[in-house]
Amino acid sequence: MSTRTEAPVANRNATGRRNRWFAQVGWRHLVGILAVAFSLFPILFVVSAALNPLGTLSSTELVPTGASLENFTNLFERTAFGRWFLNSLLLAGVASFASIFLSALAAYAFSRMRFAGRRVGLLSLLLIQMFPQFLAIVAIFLIFTKVTELWPVIGFNTPWGLFLLYMGAALGANTWLMKGFFDTLPKELDESATMDGASHAQIFFRIMLPLVAPILAVTGLLAFIGSINEFVIANVFLTNTNSKTLAVGMFGLVAGERNNNFGIFAAGTLLTAIPTVLVFQLLQRYIVNGLTAGAVKG
Amino acid sequence: MSTSSSGPGTATQPPGRGPVRSGSPRTSRTARNHAPITLTGLLVKVVLLGLVAGIAVWAAFPLIEAELWVGLAVLLATTAGLFYLYLTPRHIPVKYLIPGTLFLVAFQIIPVLYTASTAFTNFGDGHRGSKDDAIVAIQSGSVTQVPGSVQYPLTVATKGDPATGALVFLVTDPQTNTVSVGDTEGLRPLDAGSVTVAPGGKVTAADGYQILNFGEASTRSKDITDMVVPTSGGALRSSGLSRAYEGKAVRAYDAGCDCIRDSETGKTWTADGKVGSFVAADGETLAQGWQVNVGLRNFADVLTDPAISGPFFSTLIWNFAFALGSTGFTFLLGMGIALALHSPRMRGTNFYRVLLILPYAMPSFAMLLVWRDMFNTDFGLINNLFGLGVDWFGETWSARLAVLLVQLWLGYPYMFLVTTGALQAIPRELTEATSVDGASPFQSFRAVTMPLLLVAISPLLIASFAYNFNNFNAIQFVTEGGPFPADNPTAGATDLLITYTYRLAFGAQGAEYGLAAAVSIFIFAIVATVSAISFSRTRKQEEVYS
Repeated sequence: MSTRTEAPVANRNATGRRNRWFAQVGWRHLVGILAVAFSLFPILFVVSAALNPLGTLSSTELVPTGASLENFTNLFERTAFGRWFLNSLLLAGVASFASIFLSALAAYAFSRMRFAGRRVGLLSLLLIQMFPQFLAIVAIFLIFTKVTELWPVIGFNTPWGLFLLYMGAALGANTWLMKGFFDTLPKELDESATMDGASHAQIFFRIMLPLVAPILAVTGLLAFIGSINEFVIANVFLTNTNSKTLAVGMFGLVAGERNNNFGIFAAGTLLTAIPTVLVFQLLQRYIVNGLTAGAVKG
Repeated sequence: MSTSSSGPGTATQPPGRGPVRSGSPRTSRTARNHAPITLTGLLVKVVLLGLVAGIAVWAAFPLIEAELWVGLAVLLATTAGLFYLYLTPRHIPVKYLIPGTLFLVAFQIIPVLYTASTAFTNFGDGHRGSKDDAIVAIQSGSVTQVPGSVQYPLTVATKGDPATGALVFLVTDPQTNTVSVGDTEGLRPLDAGSVTVAPGGKVTAADGYQILNFGEASTRSKDITDMVVPTSGGALRSSGLSRAYEGKAVRAYDAGCDCIRDSETGKTWTADGKVGSFVAADGETLAQGWQVNVGLRNFADVLTDPAISGPFFSTLIWNFAFALGSTGFTFLLGMGIALALHSPRMRGTNFYRVLLILPYAMPSFAMLLVWRDMFNTDFGLINNLFGLGVDWFGETWSARLAVLLVQLWLGYPYMFLVTTGALQAIPRELTEATSVDGASPFQSFRAVTMPLLLVAISPLLIASFAYNFNNFNAIQFVTEGGPFPADNPTAGATDLLITYTYRLAFGAQGAEYGLAAAVSIFIFAIVATVSAISFSRTRKQEEVYS
């Protein structure tokens, strides 16, 4: 409440204001900066290792000490990285797209239709989902040994076998999330369309799908990330160098020669991250909504 | 799940619709069942069903060739079912559910059932095939060269690709000069016209077989040494790459006593159908056994056999701690940061958010491996940066701390994202009202924000717990389960049940599929119970909220 302009008082006021600013806003920035530092330092380390011309773990510091693209050229010349990248991108892309579509079909039925066995169906989905597919890896291995004998085209070392497996795992995982989102759409929408003579297929494709596009994008992205990172099944499935995915191929890269291959590995990590990080930043707004919408509705 | 108690079909429509429908009460159902047939719809249907028929025909031929009639019947029934389903206007919900369900059944449910049935057997290394297979393996495995063994000139060949094809032995009988081909099934004479034999009896070409040159044969020398071709008098084995001998089986099966007898030492091993092995009077068991049903023994072993139950229970406790820790710490940190950034006076939250969620978007398998290297004792970043000399993965507790720290880094951006979203859904008026009533920010957080937040987040926390309970990658890529105690190389300090199971099934110690399957069933039961209890509790909370 001071109106005087004496220097000490003004100083005291400025300090007070600064304290109040810090108590209300400033500390929030401090938390934010610390959190960003925690998030970024391993990534900075990877960047530094990828640029490090020596390319070994022991010579890598947190801050880049040199800059060369040697690791990147080595990555493509000495390994089948390009091939793995393409395999992963295609497999994860096609599998997540197709599985999202199947889940959307099921979620539509569970959300909009009432039929005998609906409750049982939903509960068993929840139950089956709790048995992770790779717990059954031994059984899957034995089943696909037989499949490889009969139909080598979809057997080991082919993307098709993995594709089928990822599709099998998808329904339980995504249907619940999507059903929650479908439930939030007003029923009057499709009821009035029905009155206008639309078929159930028209309602699904013309009305529901466009409205749930954000959640489809988000679940699709999560499924994509999941497939890119899937290691156990792919590792049992893919043994030929050219059929490997990124997770299997890059694990092999550092399984033996840890120290020496670290630069190449870091370069591969950065390249692997590019597609996901880009899509992630694009869809960020929807991701927040999508994740919580599914959560609130259970 | 929907809490609506309304019945099927038209009954779900609000009462306000009454007048519109009163003319023909079943309008909506009829519209759904006799939807106008559009050209696109018809076209898509024809193309897709044609595809189904094509795939079915393609899949049928190998089944017929292998004479798998049950498989063929399943294939036919499925295809017929699909045609019926999509050509009739009825069963609309099934039309939407069946595509996913087919995949679910084939690639999720059947493997699970298969796993469950494996849990009741002794399936594993040494117990793979039938009793007859085991007898053949024991007999041919004991073949040794005896004085007077016949020597054959040997040529090693393959069917198909020299590097991966199945090996066969081409041998010429020194007395009769007939050429025979031998594989693990036995020895069969070859037509003299289809082979070229060099002087000395070595085969240089044979129709349908790829003769291996010296280099190709050397790279597969281990397979060649292990190869045994059963013959009437014993078995054929290689000595070097160009000669083979017909040895005598020292151990032979005697059907009369259902036992294996060693002709040199006279020792006998009697078949024990309960464990699927040949056991001697002194308790010695032959390595080669067969697959039998062992009932609940695997389950009982997990709970009572001290060599298995000890590691199982200590792993279980750490498994719970790991899943709770991974979920709890990430949630606390993520929520803390979300709360800090959630203020109307805050500028630049978008900037923070873009950078904060980067760990979530990075490929986790690669970052787990990077973290492992950052914890490296000698030249890892963590030790270098802080001037430490900690042997992170050498001590039980430092390894566990390291694993949790890695999980925290990987997981908190997700928690931050979902808490941010949930916070935005909580009306500001609520917290403003509490501050008008004189509550401190902390009081209003505890009484208003936190409960509302938990209602929204708790299903995700349960899902995160269930996910982390079986987070194979997190352990396998960072510590591989280690450090291991000196007396037990199968269960390490940071092992989760899932990595422990994986080692039982695929580890270097020899595969124990039956036991691994039993542990899988236990894991499933634990996760399902925990999730079921917490879901029913949050459901109650949710009903209060809505």
